[in-house]
Amino acid sequence: MTPPTRLGPDLAALERALGGLARLFTGAGYEAVSPPHLFPADLMLDLYGEDIRARAFLFPGGGGDEVCLRPDFTVPVVLAHGERGWGRPARYAYQGPVFRRQAAGSSRPVEYLQAGVENLGAADPAAAEAEVLDLTLRGLGLLGVGAHRVTTGDLGIVFGLLDALEMPAGRRARLRRHLWRPARFHALVAGAVAGAPAPTPRRAALIAAVAAPDPLARIERLAAAEGEIIGLREIEDIAERAAALAEAAAEPPMPAAQADLIEAALAVTGPAEQALARLRDLTAAAGVDLGPQLDAFARRLDAMAARGLDGATLAFDADFGRNLEYYDGFVFEITGPDPALPLAGGGRYDSMTARLGAGRAIPAIGAMIRPEAALAAAGGA
Amino acid sequence: MGALTLGLPSKGRLMEATVEWFAARGVSIRRSGAGREYAALAEGVEGLDVVMLSAGEIPRELDRGRIHLGVTGEDLIREKIAGWEARVRIVAAMGFGHADLVVAVPAWWIDVETMADLDEACAQFRARHGAALRIGTKYHTLTREFFRRRGVADYRIVDSQGATEAGPKNQSFEALVDITSSGETLSANHLRVLSDGLILQSQANLCLSLAADWSAKAAAVRDRLARTLGLALG
Repeated sequence: MTPPTRLGPDLAALERALGGLARLFTGAGYEAVSPPHLFPADLMLDLYGEDIRARAFLFPGGGGDEVCLRPDFTVPVVLAHGERGWGRPARYAYQGPVFRRQAAGSSRPVEYLQAGVENLGAADPAAAEAEVLDLTLRGLGLLGVGAHRVTTGDLGIVFGLLDALEMPAGRRARLRRHLWRPARFHALVAGAVAGAPAPTPRRAALIAAVAAPDPLARIERLAAAEGEIIGLREIEDIAERAAALAEAAAEPPMPAAQADLIEAALAVTGPAEQALARLRDLTAAAGVDLGPQLDAFARRLDAMAARGLDGATLAFDADFGRNLEYYDGFVFEITGPDPALPLAGGGRYDSMTARLGAGRAIPAIGAMIRPEAALAAAGGA
Repeated sequence: MGALTLGLPSKGRLMEATVEWFAARGVSIRRSGAGREYAALAEGVEGLDVVMLSAGEIPRELDRGRIHLGVTGEDLIREKIAGWEARVRIVAAMGFGHADLVVAVPAWWIDVETMADLDEACAQFRARHGAALRIGTKYHTLTREFFRRRGVADYRIVDSQGATEAGPKNQSFEALVDITSSGETLSANHLRVLSDGLILQSQANLCLSLAADWSAKAAAVRDRLARTLGLALG
């Protein structure tokens, strides 16, 4: 639905809130930035795929190229940072409207305000994570939000686990690629345990061709027998995939214990300190070295404790954040009375900076507050 | 001016089959005036107005409530009406206009048999060709929903309003989503449907607009029509 016009005392309260957040963020060393509302749609399509059209407004910008009305600030702010040079650390604060396409009949707004921060290139990741979560909580406090619930997660742990476990490279790549699509991920794990299904005759012939004396010629003959060779894909593309399929078909089944460990690690929930201990126990019992990721978790809890955030009560859910493609480490969300309506959220997205042109992943973490939702929660409390 | 408006497809086999379907159930429909006018008369049910519309417009007119009833394919209902379940009700499957909405790839792609294969081919295509694999279709919404459910993300939709089967050969796009009734056109164009690539089995449907003005008069005509057709339209 479209939001109502802001005016009168509501507008005054909103402007006070935005002013307060701006002062809080700049006071903490975050430089104000105001990216444009519109930016090239190609970027969003490359990052999120065609699905972004169901969530954001994309339309012709004239001259044949499409533009996107920003659905959040992260991409535009990171791009602005890149233009000034990826190399140096920077802290940015932003505020303004974002635009989201919503499902028919949804009561969620198609336009709402966000006020937030992006912290790029910080040398100490744990300190940056604690700083951003702390700032977000102080921001909500400033807006008068009382009772709220913080949920945290860390996608770095599952990624680290997949890297640490012994498995065929192809299987690891598939699992990493589908981590953000939980249903597909769980099906892949279950399928790996069950072992490859019997191939179709077409698949069996293709796999056999890989081991033949001249595989490319053999594959080309198989392909040409099915239809005229049309389109942009090339016979070399198919030969490359055939080799990967042959490799996958020869993969040994995943040991049930390995699948159990992956699922058990993803099922860890509870107060953050207990969750960390549970993850240490799980991996130690399986003889898997997840030291770097778990030590990073511990350093984050220390950095949070230094800011008065208690790891003995902070909720952790290892599965949290997997519906938000681009987060790849620490993630958090803060909800008020309505658990379906987040008041704030954020996370680490190092790998996205590489895809946006940094050339390599640079440390990046951001968070945003939804001032309108926060004020409504504060007023309703 | 009658109290209840029925929208029918204005030309082609779909129009003929629709007129036959109503005639077989006691409602005779014929064009009024000269042959090219998009107005028609219904005999057999008092108060019923018939308008002839392009098949693609009928979902929109149902959605906006400008017609009470309309005949159109389930594919178009699902494609063109956001949250269609709350906007229209399908009251009768009419038994003609059968068509499957399918995902098809060049038949020579012997490494792509399923949607999961297509997903991997998409990732590989980007890596080797530096761009997203393109899917040609006019069914943008249904394609997006189906691909999302199947975990396929890294592709681009290219709008194709006609002769979609020729797209891969013309290098306008790599694969496609389109309707097919027998599959012959697809095979003739060297294309193959993925084994789990059936998105929807569609046919012509009589649909009722939930957004239309259902005054007592309109409801009375609806009930007369329901009795004549032998259908529940409530």
